[in-house]
Amino acid sequence: MGEIDINEILDKHRHHGSESLIPILQEIQDKVGFIPEDAIEEVGLMLKIPAAKIFGLATFYNQFRFGPRGKFHIVLCNGSACHMVGSTTLLEHIEKDLKIKSGQTTRNGLFSLEVVPCMAACSEAPLMVVNGIFYSKLTQSGVKEILESIRKSQ
Amino acid sequence: MALWNEQRPFIKFDKVTRPVIFVSIGSHAIVSGAESILSAITAYVQEQAIDADVEVVGSYGLFSLETLVEVQLPGMARVALKQIKPEDVGVLLDSVLNRFLPDGKAVFQHRSDLHQAWPNVPFFDEHPFFSKQHRVVLDLCGKYNPVSLPQYVANGGFFSFAKAIRSYTFSDICDIIDRSDLRGRAGGGFSAGKKWRMALEVAAESRYVICNADESDPGAFMNRLLLEGSPFRVLEGVALAAYASGANRAFISTRNRYSLAVSRLEEAIATLQEVGLLGENILDSGYNLVIKVKKGPGAYVCGEETALIRSLEGKRGIPSSKPPYPTTAGYKGKPTVVNNLETLANVPLILSKGPDWFRSLGTETSKGTKIFALSGKCAETCVVEVEMGTSLNSLLDLAGGMAGESTLKAIQIGGPSGACIPPSLMALKVDFEELKENDIPMGNGGILVYDEKTCIPDMVKFFMGFIQNESCGKCIPCREGSQRMLEIYQNITRRPVTEEGHNTLERFKGVIQLEGLAEVMKDTSACGLGQTSTYPVLTTLKYFREEYEEHIFDRHCRAGVCKDLRVYQIDLDKCTGCTACVKKCPVNAIAGSPRMPHYIVLDKCIACGVCLDTCMFGAVVTH
Repeated sequence: MGEIDINEILDKHRHHGSESLIPILQEIQDKVGFIPEDAIEEVGLMLKIPAAKIFGLATFYNQFRFGPRGKFHIVLCNGSACHMVGSTTLLEHIEKDLKIKSGQTTRNGLFSLEVVPCMAACSEAPLMVVNGIFYSKLTQSGVKEILESIRKSQ
Repeated sequence: MALWNEQRPFIKFDKVTRPVIFVSIGSHAIVSGAESILSAITAYVQEQAIDADVEVVGSYGLFSLETLVEVQLPGMARVALKQIKPEDVGVLLDSVLNRFLPDGKAVFQHRSDLHQAWPNVPFFDEHPFFSKQHRVVLDLCGKYNPVSLPQYVANGGFFSFAKAIRSYTFSDICDIIDRSDLRGRAGGGFSAGKKWRMALEVAAESRYVICNADESDPGAFMNRLLLEGSPFRVLEGVALAAYASGANRAFISTRNRYSLAVSRLEEAIATLQEVGLLGENILDSGYNLVIKVKKGPGAYVCGEETALIRSLEGKRGIPSSKPPYPTTAGYKGKPTVVNNLETLANVPLILSKGPDWFRSLGTETSKGTKIFALSGKCAETCVVEVEMGTSLNSLLDLAGGMAGESTLKAIQIGGPSGACIPPSLMALKVDFEELKENDIPMGNGGILVYDEKTCIPDMVKFFMGFIQNESCGKCIPCREGSQRMLEIYQNITRRPVTEEGHNTLERFKGVIQLEGLAEVMKDTSACGLGQTSTYPVLTTLKYFREEYEEHIFDRHCRAGVCKDLRVYQIDLDKCTGCTACVKKCPVNAIAGSPRMPHYIVLDKCIACGVCLDTCMFGAVVTH
């Protein structure tokens, strides 16, 4: 999967130095949705950086993920304003409901979960985004309903 | 020039020949559905064949008004209408275009001698939110199209830059900024002019300027508003800083999540390159400048300048020890100036209005204005710009005071690496020195408001969890210290497993150690992240010690936030004896016979809350 896409990105950066490593990884993630293992090796071959080093760098930053996203990608805001109105409890609730932790994808590939520090919409807290649709001022039962309705739609 | 003078009022919307509809779009407005409103308005204008312009503008910073739509009719003042929904669009435009304002929608109008005012609508400078602010840097945010260069130039934009590269030397600009006493807005408070001069005085074939807009702490969004609302002002500031320090390349590092800000910045840069205000031989001066936007991959530690530089070099964002300072050896070993976005956004204004104008604002030691983002339990989530020397109390007043009936418990200034300030210190003024005397860092400008339903140890636990996650792991005090402190906080906000052995003793010891641990971490951490992340711990221990003691000795959380410390009971009148909770209880702490009221054996209960979730009759109560 995505082999051609990656080559396209690599070609664009072919004559750049190692400072373009992060932009390359970002572009790969934008296109594929995550950083596949063989992509890391290919990038390493091109930039002449050991794959282990690239993996170390990618895991250091919050942005990169290494597994495919679910069909419904849930992004939950856990900024300080959201935390004050109970987003941490919501997170526990979602984790329990979907049986995954933040950064993981459910086995059936339906849901994936990501927690971000702040979405800058603190007056709407707590806030959740599912595939680009915003759900604001959430409650526990509200989250349950959203998850249920998604499950039913499938 | 004559043509420009003729055109300028039209570009500035001082004169309009046909109605103009402004739609405020920022990332916050998008959450409240601004994009669908924009398309509804454009569709309506087209359908009804209305001869009107539609402009996208940034946000004013008062988020409860969103989505904000402003309308300017020929000869009438520009009026703002709040909380527009897509379904309102037709009715709204119909009535406004016929010079009739719908009830309760108008918030303010702009004062202008050229226009007739709307009756019964307060002016912009009379609106309680805006009247007490001193909007200098945010001046253009919300009023003009962020990506329109003509609109920025019509408001005096790029005059400073053109003047600078035509008639000043590098060092002249450093002098002017030095005279204005502009200090770094990211918290450090280092003089910007001095920093540029330091980079300028190092002999090197290339120098760099990095604009730090990578605001990664939870609850800070002032940089985002500024980037989305007036990217040209930021770019002009970056260009001036680059010129003053003799750099030919500049980076703006922002968060990868700020997609709207990035796209607006990139559009603005492309426009500037097209007209020749960026690129090679700018305005025939022989000066070259390239500005690039870099999307930060998300690491809090990259707020530290050395870490940010390493991240831009394509390495892990790990800070290195100073000296050498970045101004001597920074990006790729070359002299590099790292400035906060807000600092740079002040620069064009200082050059156009003069350093004395800037010195007239603020206090003895801190000049100019400061932008704050307020969130939490205040009535309004907002971004405000106030003169230095404004008291914290008046900042809270700008946000409409407390939300609803709640009372103020404390404010957290500067996010996870800031101090917690009790109401008794709210009279303190926003001033680098005055805050420093009270051992409070200025921070970047994020303010979080706590009310009586906020649990202090829980908030510090939250911040410490964030720090523990974001610590780069290079130095031991920060890596291990944040981990230990998080464990201690988890321990005191949790019910003890048993009362036997040393369990209770360990809990007490934790708190005694907490203070020492924080002191050590503050003194020995390698970078700002570790040093400043102890502020929430130390300040809350100082001002809210009794709340810690309650958690440890009485195992009681007065705010009712710490779930594990809650006591669960069954309301005998409501319980029907359905035994649903009995089956779910993991420790068999619920007793009673079927169809009779049950009760919870408190000694066995682990406060997991399953019974509360299970009960369909609301019989399980907590206190």
